[in-house]
Amino acid sequence: MAPFGPTRRTLLQGALSAAVLGLAGLPARAAPQWRKFAGTTLEANLIKGPRGELLQKYAGEFTALTGIEVGSEVIPEQQQRQKAVIELASGRPSFDVIHLSYHVQKRQFEKAGWLADVSGFMNNPELTAPDLVESDFSAAGLQFAKADHGPMHSLPWSVDYFILYYNKELFEKKGIAVPTTFDQMVTAAEALNDPKRGIYGFVGRGLRNANMALWTNFFLNYGGEFLDAKGQLLTDGPEAIEATQLYQRLLTGLAPPGVAGFNWMESMAAFTQGRAAMWIDADGWAPPLEDPNASRIVGKVGYTVVPAGPKGQFSSTYGDGIGIAQASPNKEAAWLYCQWAVSKLMGARLLQIGGGVPFRHSVLDDAEVRQGIKMPPAWLDSVIASAKISKLGLPVVIPVAEFRDIFGAALTATLSGADPAAELKKASDQYRPILERSEKA
Amino acid sequence: MSTIAQPAVISTDVAPHRQLRPPSYWPFVIPALIVVLAVIILPWLFTIWMSLREWKVGSPTTFVGLANYLRLASDPRFGEAAFHTLVYTALSVLLPLLLGTLAAILFHARMPWRGLLRGIFILPMLATPVAIALVWTMMFHPQLGILNYLLSLVGLPAQLWVFHPATVIPSLVLVETWQWTPLVMLIVLGGLASIPAEPYESAELDGANAWQVFRYITLPLITPFLFIAAMIRMIDAVKSFDVIFAITQGGPGTASETINLYLYSVAFSYYDIGYASAIAVVFFALIVALAAALLHLRQRLQWNEIGGAA
Repeated sequence: MAPFGPTRRTLLQGALSAAVLGLAGLPARAAPQWRKFAGTTLEANLIKGPRGELLQKYAGEFTALTGIEVGSEVIPEQQQRQKAVIELASGRPSFDVIHLSYHVQKRQFEKAGWLADVSGFMNNPELTAPDLVESDFSAAGLQFAKADHGPMHSLPWSVDYFILYYNKELFEKKGIAVPTTFDQMVTAAEALNDPKRGIYGFVGRGLRNANMALWTNFFLNYGGEFLDAKGQLLTDGPEAIEATQLYQRLLTGLAPPGVAGFNWMESMAAFTQGRAAMWIDADGWAPPLEDPNASRIVGKVGYTVVPAGPKGQFSSTYGDGIGIAQASPNKEAAWLYCQWAVSKLMGARLLQIGGGVPFRHSVLDDAEVRQGIKMPPAWLDSVIASAKISKLGLPVVIPVAEFRDIFGAALTATLSGADPAAELKKASDQYRPILERSEKA
Repeated sequence: MSTIAQPAVISTDVAPHRQLRPPSYWPFVIPALIVVLAVIILPWLFTIWMSLREWKVGSPTTFVGLANYLRLASDPRFGEAAFHTLVYTALSVLLPLLLGTLAAILFHARMPWRGLLRGIFILPMLATPVAIALVWTMMFHPQLGILNYLLSLVGLPAQLWVFHPATVIPSLVLVETWQWTPLVMLIVLGGLASIPAEPYESAELDGANAWQVFRYITLPLITPFLFIAAMIRMIDAVKSFDVIFAITQGGPGTASETINLYLYSVAFSYYDIGYASAIAVVFFALIVALAAALLHLRQRLQWNEIGGAA
């Protein structure tokens, strides 16, 4: 996998199109026929969280614009993923529009052919606003949304980059510089670790499955690739072992006891209580960290990119998209909805509340949008810097859940003292036949 | 001597004239038959059929014979899950049984406020498992939980509870025991109430001490009730899902993953329906085997009791 991020050209194009089209939201000049499908009723299946809730909150605006009624169902992530797969597999989903998690579902959905091809809609000026063009999406977004041979099956909606959160107060007290490499990060964690006072150098996900999102960022920065050109698994090589050793070093002794059961929520709790000096996780947690009702470290949080490893510096990237069920009878109306969901206006709102980062350059590069952002400027800087070093955080395969479970369990085992090399070998041996079976089918 | 004679006696006894019900009664069976067929038998046959196919959600299915079952044999995660299930079940049958019996004896004694105290004691049983699981999750928290605070009061070191592979199953059993000891107590209390007073009176006259009274009178007489309690607890513990899922989701790693949780993962996160069906079939066989073993034990013990009394 090649690293990607906005190139200078795409940035320029984005800036240009933004300038040409002005800063207006959807009802742009050469507007598509928004009201052509007035009277249709759509069902949208969304994931609970700032993204899904934002669409739900402003659904009235969409109805006012198009005359299309929307019933949206917002369900917690895990259940939503299960429901989506089961309903789509049945051939008669109860929804027209589906919120998908690319890093888990891309390949599965493509292979099963569950989503409608939207390339045709995209090129149809009657249905699509002129500012919605492929080049406005970042490379990661396009990689997520397009199948190998080209057609788009969804619209890239919101991206998650992994960043480093740190407690400025703890760093300043000991006069320690913000780490830019893994070695510095370990040294800093050791220096700041003070278990007697209940303060730890580092915190991060230890829970099986969830922990993979953190580990892969280490793995990538040690130069790791998940698969070679022939699709062979590369997860027990030296890069993986080094990444696991770093993971083990940081999460045993330098992290709060019990971290083996921590997901992002528990990690965030330790961090917001001021009990951890550093935390690496997705960029979407700034709002709770800066919320005086939920956090004791408001105004003391530093944001920066994930430190570099010996072989590179990347930000593990995960993404959400929004697509149309192949079985839906209202594909055009659903297209209007998807388009509205990723529109500049809605993207700006998403960014401004800190609930996610749109894939569209025209939103990120817009000075006016930036001014409305309620999060600290360092947060936005870390997000933009991460976009430049973004790399997919999980292999694009069908059995992603198995991958995360099996390797996640191996990682958790290293937290109670198991040997990284042996655990990775065992996990790779266990996963290899599963991967082969899925590619054969 | 009597052993030879007995079968003969029984065989003459058991040979009463049998006949089928008259045909006019059969229609009355049909509604029940349809329900049982539709909700028990058919799903089972369907599960067995699915277990013989490679069936992944989103891909076409193919017949693979017993391949899914062979895969089970070489799946270390399934083996570990089976082991966890057995350990978890054994502990969460034995502990509530022990404590429940103790509590029953305690609450059987006459004391002031007995009814009220009994009522308070059975409260845990009334709570929703997922809700109490969430409360326990907070109590288990290594830094913020109350359990480690209590330990620190008596000078014991902090524990990792459900956050360490070695202590996770005992910690989960603690929750299970807390919730289900009252059930065992209720059953055993029923048993105690049904014991006549005469044996106790005569034991008292013979000068038996408390332990002897318990060992030779109470225990034998409540054994049938203990078996019922053990059976109910076993079935509950084997199929336990909510508490484990809510507290650890089978973790850390897979240290508390029982067959049920593994089955759930395979079916609903890996969408491998064929393999999951094979696990379900094997799991079912395991439950039947455990129940049969317990029933068999009960039969044998009863035989011994009668033999001992004779």
